[in-house]
Amino acid sequence: MDDPPTRADRVFGLATSSAGIVVFVLLLLIGTFLVLRAKGTFDSQGLSFFTRVGWRTDVVPVRIGVLGLLAGTVIVATIAVIIAVPVGTMAALYITTYANPRLRSLLTRFVDLLAAVPSLLYGIWGSSFLGNQIVPLSRWLSRHGSWFPPFRTNEDASLTGTYFIAGVVVSLMVIPIITSITREVFSQAPPGEKEAALALGGSRWGMVRRVVLPFGRGGIVGGAMLGLGRALGETIAVSLLLPQGHILSIRILQNGGGTISGFVAQRAGSDAVTVSGLMAAGLVLFVLTLLTNLIASTVIARSRSGAEVDA
Amino acid sequence: MTTVDTTIVRPRAVLHGAPPPGAEVLEAVDACAWFADNLVLDRVSLTMHAREVTALIGPSGCGKSTFLRLLNRMHELVPSATLAGEVRLGGVDIYAPGTRAQEIRKRIGMVFQKPNPFPAMSIRDNVLSGLKLARIRTDAPDDLVEQSLTRAGLWREVKDRLADAGGALSGGQQQRLCIARSLAVGPNVLLMDEPCSALDPTSTRRIEETIAEIGHEVTIVIVTHNMQQAQRVSDRCAFFLAAEGRPGHIVEQGPTDLMFSAPSDPRTLDYVSGRFG
Amino acid sequence: MTTLEKASIDLRTTVVAGDVPERPRPPRRRVATRTPQDRLIALGCALNSFLLVWLVAARLTSGMGWLGFGLVWYATFLAFLYVTTREQDGVVAATDTLVGTIIGSATAVLVVPFAWLIGYIVVRGAPSLRPGFFTHDMSGVGPTEPSTAGGGAHAIVGSLEQVSLALAFTLPLGLLTAVFLNETRSRWRRPVRILIDAMSGLPSIIAGLFIYAVLIIPFGHEGGLFGHDGFVAALALSITMLPTITRTVEVVLRLVPGGLREAALALGCSRARMVWSVVLPTARTGVTTSVVLGIARAVGETAPLLFTSFGLDLMNANPFSDPQESLPLFVYRNVQKPSQAAIDRGFTGALVLLLVVLALFAIARFVGRDRSGTRRRAARRRTTPNLEEAT
Repeated sequence: MDDPPTRADRVFGLATSSAGIVVFVLLLLIGTFLVLRAKGTFDSQGLSFFTRVGWRTDVVPVRIGVLGLLAGTVIVATIAVIIAVPVGTMAALYITTYANPRLRSLLTRFVDLLAAVPSLLYGIWGSSFLGNQIVPLSRWLSRHGSWFPPFRTNEDASLTGTYFIAGVVVSLMVIPIITSITREVFSQAPPGEKEAALALGGSRWGMVRRVVLPFGRGGIVGGAMLGLGRALGETIAVSLLLPQGHILSIRILQNGGGTISGFVAQRAGSDAVTVSGLMAAGLVLFVLTLLTNLIASTVIARSRSGAEVDA
Repeated sequence: MTTVDTTIVRPRAVLHGAPPPGAEVLEAVDACAWFADNLVLDRVSLTMHAREVTALIGPSGCGKSTFLRLLNRMHELVPSATLAGEVRLGGVDIYAPGTRAQEIRKRIGMVFQKPNPFPAMSIRDNVLSGLKLARIRTDAPDDLVEQSLTRAGLWREVKDRLADAGGALSGGQQQRLCIARSLAVGPNVLLMDEPCSALDPTSTRRIEETIAEIGHEVTIVIVTHNMQQAQRVSDRCAFFLAAEGRPGHIVEQGPTDLMFSAPSDPRTLDYVSGRFG
Repeated sequence: MTTLEKASIDLRTTVVAGDVPERPRPPRRRVATRTPQDRLIALGCALNSFLLVWLVAARLTSGMGWLGFGLVWYATFLAFLYVTTREQDGVVAATDTLVGTIIGSATAVLVVPFAWLIGYIVVRGAPSLRPGFFTHDMSGVGPTEPSTAGGGAHAIVGSLEQVSLALAFTLPLGLLTAVFLNETRSRWRRPVRILIDAMSGLPSIIAGLFIYAVLIIPFGHEGGLFGHDGFVAALALSITMLPTITRTVEVVLRLVPGGLREAALALGCSRARMVWSVVLPTARTGVTTSVVLGIARAVGETAPLLFTSFGLDLMNANPFSDPQESLPLFVYRNVQKPSQAAIDRGFTGALVLLLVVLALFAIARFVGRDRSGTRRRAARRRTTPNLEEAT
């Protein structure tokens, strides 16, 4: 390695490093341009952009705020993650520690396939079919679970186009991501410890609980964060499922609300004033998902190298 | 600081839901084992007497480890694995229908080739982990920890740092911790799969001393590649061989001193005198 | 047998296998983790809980829909199963059975909606699927025409062109970045890898917004350099594809055994030569697989196109000027129209899109099939040194 590099080596080093740098620059550019384009909105709206619910471009001066959309984004993503994390983690456990080798490779490929299904298809399925199937359940929940504030609904509120339905559909899209990450981590659980747990008279669940889950804890947290990042940015399905209105409400079972990405998608092709507002909303989403994903990848990276022991 | 005299055997901590105490005889009758359609062990019959150390010797790939794993139902964890014949613990077939593998493994403990303590757990929790896994309760966990570690010959070294992580110990200490962990469940039989092959000579000696001590309390079956070790620790030996197109089987078995001094089969003589394997 | 052996020990003699007459090999036993009895118990519990929920709970929980009924039934079934198993085999076994059942059902949650989704799209999309869909655009199709009139040829052409262009941008860049991450020793590898990870989770609509903000707003005026067309859509798609391709290719490169690299270097190769002649050829199948998978992802992307290619009902084969349709946009735009014929047409497009994605996935698997076993084994071998390297 200490030889003087040949010319081919120098070109090689230059080409590959510049490719690496491009990624850097690209991300930096995305942030910069969003800021530049959003600046007009931030200047005119000030901090109230973050505290106002509503999007009125027909008045002068315009009064727009992202709070309602932000709340909707977080609510939908939270519902999705609450459903997806247990299901995804358990499916990963099944694949790694319960299924026989044939079924294991079959299911692993299947999860890959699931991750490749376009969100658009989930969206049209959810809006034209699954959503209606969830309505009776929502009605029952609102009738019997109204002690729990999110389950309350207004009198004769429509139960389609709700945060709950959007969350369920998004969870179906997030499950494959969480499954494949946790599966990877679980499959690295040291076989010696797994055998030891069984040899001590533990059941399969005992082994999972004492060895596999503690080993994979970092992966579960990281996978959940990554899933959260995906759910926050989920666009097309949500734009088809929610009316994209601006409300600030935790009533997840009744019609209304929107998310940043869904709203931006629906307003594609608007006039300049709106576009600046959309850029500002997009910037908020950009920062939110970037932070979530950075935390996720740090957690995963740390769990693999740090928690892993000589096995 | 007072030194604790570890030679005094304290009254056993009471276990609830544990196997009946005491050593048990373990017999294999015409035991065969397959991986998919590959016969790796052919009609092995061997009696492993209570309170004795039985060593399984033979060259690699002769089915010793498979046989050992057959004895506490670890064999069936390999998806394609099947078996034939019987393994009787105290006269009862451990593969009888309706018998749960977990119950069998509680009674027949196992120590593996590579030390495998739970690295994130403390030393104390490691010793007690078997109880949690097998849902055995004890009134005096601290006594049980001390007693198990003492029997495994580790108490003196770790008694002041029971809260340290099990993964922080040296290899030999880890292996003795694994022995202590197995003993804590109160097994009738302890299986050891080349327990010293990953250890240095000093640690090996300590483990052999441990085996000699606990050999009077439980039935021990040990797989070893090391002829001298078999000679040092075992009361009886069984010589396994897979050769001449025949799957693993026992060529000869008997008291260790006779196996090494006057074996009846010429192949045994060749093996114990180091001519092959 | 036992007495015979006991006696032989007392006589202090060894027993040679040949001394004992060999008995025939006993019959083979299979140790089932689950006995027929267990299955019977599970079936009984399922039946009982169904009846109970149907007879009793359904009256209390009326109007929950089949979904709610199913959930209550499932919960009751679990309770029954737990109690029965505990009665018979104790708490440990009961917990094990319970958890095993729940974990198994989670896998069903993975499979069932997918099958359902496919079934639904086939049922809704197939009736209007005619060969004409692949040859016609939407020119001259009025809102009152049936869903079998017109077609998505313009969308298919647009998808093809945009994805090909995006691939042309992404492939060299992704490949180089993957090589950078895996074959060089730059200090920047770690931050770049983290950024790639972060970028792969970036909402795809942001990619569209970005291209819109950078290219279309400043240059999109009449006669400007960029406008709403297929080319900028391809750029937006590239941003979403780049991290996917980079990461999957990097994983594949990581599976190339380190021994091969050392062998090449030991022969006096330069690093560049080693990558070009040894690493890349070895990883070719895997790289192809991950590229095809990357295409499958990109084909279905809708969000980046909303601000870029815009969509159009007519054929526009030139990706460098004027808005262009693509399959996902065709679906997205049509299912939101008020006319039933348009919605049906949208579902036909969705069916075609689904088939394309499935076909690409099958191709990826077919390309990567023969080496899958060896690759997986190589992966296991390679993980440890890589981890050491990383820490």
